Amino acid sequence: MTNLSDESEEILERLWIIGKEKEEICTLKKLDLTENDDGLKELQNLKLINLKVGKLELTTTGLKEATNVIRRHRLAERLLTDIIDASKDFLEEAACKFEHGLRRGVDDNICVLLGHPRLCPHGKPIPRGKCCLDEIHQTPGIISKLSGMIAGQEGDVAHLQTKDSKKLQRMISMGILPGTRIKMIQTFPTYVFQLELSQVAVDKEIADEIYLRLINSRASKIEKKKGIWMPGRHRFRRGLR
Amino acid sequence: MTLISRVSHLTKNKFSDSNYDHPKIFIVGSPNVGKSVIFNSLTGSYVIVSNYPGTTVEVSRGTARIGDIQYEVIDTPGMYSLASISEEESVARKILLKENPDILLNVVDSKNLQKMLALTLQLIEANLRIILILNMYDEAEKAGLKIDSKFLEDKLGIRVIKTVAVTGQGMDKLREEISSSVKPKNNVTESLRVQYGEPLEFFVKTLEELISKNYGLSKRSIALLLLQRDAEIHELIQESEPENYTKLCEVIEKAEVRYSYPLNYVIALRRRQAGAKIANSVIISSKLAKPSLSDKISNAMINPITGFPILFFVLYFGIYQFVGVLGAQLIVEFLEEEIFGKIVNPLATSLVVNIIPFKILQELFIGDYGIITLGIRYAVSIILPIVTLFFFVFAFLEDTGYLPRLALLMDRVFKKIGLSGRAVIPMTLGFGCDTMATIVTRTLETNKERIIATMLLALAIPCSAQLGVIFAILSGNPIAILIWATTIILVFLIIGFLTSKVVTGEPPSFFIELPPIRIPKLKNVLVKTYTRMEWYFIEVFPIFILASVVIWIGQILGVFDLAVMLLSYPVQWIGLPAEASVAFLFGFFRRDYGAAGLFDLHSSGLLSGNSMLVATVTLTLFLPCIAQLFINIKERGIKTAIAMALFIFPFAFLVGFLLNNLLNLAGILI
Repeated sequence: MTNLSDESEEILERLWIIGKEKEEICTLKKLDLTENDDGLKELQNLKLINLKVGKLELTTTGLKEATNVIRRHRLAERLLTDIIDASKDFLEEAACKFEHGLRRGVDDNICVLLGHPRLCPHGKPIPRGKCCLDEIHQTPGIISKLSGMIAGQEGDVAHLQTKDSKKLQRMISMGILPGTRIKMIQTFPTYVFQLELSQVAVDKEIADEIYLRLINSRASKIEKKKGIWMPGRHRFRRGLR
Repeated sequence: MTLISRVSHLTKNKFSDSNYDHPKIFIVGSPNVGKSVIFNSLTGSYVIVSNYPGTTVEVSRGTARIGDIQYEVIDTPGMYSLASISEEESVARKILLKENPDILLNVVDSKNLQKMLALTLQLIEANLRIILILNMYDEAEKAGLKIDSKFLEDKLGIRVIKTVAVTGQGMDKLREEISSSVKPKNNVTESLRVQYGEPLEFFVKTLEELISKNYGLSKRSIALLLLQRDAEIHELIQESEPENYTKLCEVIEKAEVRYSYPLNYVIALRRRQAGAKIANSVIISSKLAKPSLSDKISNAMINPITGFPILFFVLYFGIYQFVGVLGAQLIVEFLEEEIFGKIVNPLATSLVVNIIPFKILQELFIGDYGIITLGIRYAVSIILPIVTLFFFVFAFLEDTGYLPRLALLMDRVFKKIGLSGRAVIPMTLGFGCDTMATIVTRTLETNKERIIATMLLALAIPCSAQLGVIFAILSGNPIAILIWATTIILVFLIIGFLTSKVVTGEPPSFFIELPPIRIPKLKNVLVKTYTRMEWYFIEVFPIFILASVVIWIGQILGVFDLAVMLLSYPVQWIGLPAEASVAFLFGFFRRDYGAAGLFDLHSSGLLSGNSMLVATVTLTLFLPCIAQLFINIKERGIKTAIAMALFIFPFAFLVGFLLNNLLNLAGILI
């Protein structure tokens, strides 16, 4: 099911946003399409959508496919902002092109690389993939949550993913902003890190909302050698082996 | 010294003649930058600490004579930003909005200049006249930082002064600066202002034009606060110019659509970038210093392996030995026996007997429950020494920077009972005085946390006066102390856990900045202890007198006998002699009253072994003192406070009942 045309993917994407995110009924008029549209026909042939009296609905397989398209689009946006540092005006257009290139399997790799982000740069949720569910067993990517770092590791803040605007404001006033360098000091019982010349302590919930571009990715080696704290549930795991 | 400033000095000189209209100096800045040290250094000892109206955030006010002018100095609560999140920030901003400062001292921590300039830029933006104080400059130098303050002055258009407030360095220069002109020289030009870029600037200008009234801050500043969706500012504008409010909101909504991130994020980010740019251009050298001794101590404090032993050490020596043994035993004993027992009480008794002929009136002042022989005696000989020593230890720990590290260590445990590590501060303070600690729960961020913390303070945290008496009763019986402590800790955890399930609200989040470990200056610790003591004594002393009077009236009317009779039932259910009900009743007036009552029973041999233990446990959990109840009503509202009281009363007896039966079942005899 990976050979959809760009047009069909575009339709799926819009259907998903109208139907799932806005929870509205989707009509041909809303999509500004006619019944004879090629993309629409393709989707009907593949049994991804149902068309009943001008009303469009995603089928079960269609919903899966559409969720994947959205996921790829938003991951592409994240990739472009966090790694490539694309400017905002260029973002939307580039993401559209990019997303069609990211076929299944590749999107999971990108997701790992980005540290399983939950929100796109516009603050909308990114549908979770299979890779996000068994996150714990993943090797660290280039982008990591603060909670995924180990003592001694350094990184630059890439983005903050909290919907709570007060929390966001508090983080900013404490100096946690995109571009700031952070060095982890300890991860238990709370996360303590160096930020410029001061030290800040945060709990797991906040540490989950700060994403960083890691600097010394050799850290995983340090971890193996010394068997020091591992974040999450399996502390001391490697050390005990 | 320009001519203009001279002239303004002369015209403002009328201030020195008037008692009521002194020029006002406000001290503002983030938490932990040394605001209060600067405040104390400017004002000396004439300080009034009071709650800001309608809140319980403390604001210190004092006067300072600099040159020949008398100034009113106000130390505002810590704020990170003009857009307020916490109660402290909201109070600080209210003061700025309403009280019209003549001089604003913006204190910053020199070594974190980058971060700190964001607030400075906001204050400049608000058109407030400020002097920037680069405090703790010695620490910055130690960290390898040098700041070109002349260049910074040019960049910001305001005066900049370097100080090390704890040692007094730079303070003379600051005084000189203050007295050289009532209004500091400001030449902030448009080009020095933070620019937020288009399209935001467009929306800011549109809003500025729509706002018609003056609010003490510049219109630009108000416009930005509106864009940041600051609730209080929105309320303020809606109230004072409702005709414009809808239009304003439309503009704000338009602006919000143009940005993919929340506007407060966009604005804060721009401001921070502007601050960082300025900071980078004025910081001359920045080499990474080797980890100092204070870093090593800090690391040991926050690492759980060494941190918990250190915590134990602090609790054992700081609280148990210093407050418990030295304060509650030695000093209290001396005051009780030598001063009151041998001098004050006999003297008062003979005086009162000679002056007042009626026995009933005599009993108001002397005798078992007299104002002098009970009220004043308890206040001075039990409470005063214990609480003073506790506040001393607390102020000492505060100034070392240990408390945030303690909060960090405890966060995980506290999360289980619905609190964040931050709650460690009111909880620890509760061991000094539950009433004061209940007030300090204000520093917690969510209402849920405040309710849980108040509940636990009311139920399971014994205050220092009570602790002292309990230790005195149970002393020499380590097993009894162990069982007492275990029961209280279990109740603390279980009730905390259950309360966190019952009370609705967001789970707390923990976020704290660790100040460097410092060696406290004795003088600063003493000043802090003194101010708190003064406050405490003013608040609590009248309640002791009141309690004596109420007991006296109760005795005359016979109400007390009835209450004592009613209380004697639950008291007997938990295996205590009926006489103990007197102690419980008085325990309601003050918990330590009750504890002291138990002590008397213990001394007279009526209570011993198991029943002694059960009594101390029940009394620890029993309804807190009347002062705490009043504060609880004030802070949490009458419904919540009464609900807590209605729970605590039977619960304390239930625990006592269970403990008594458990001990009997297990055949434990103490």
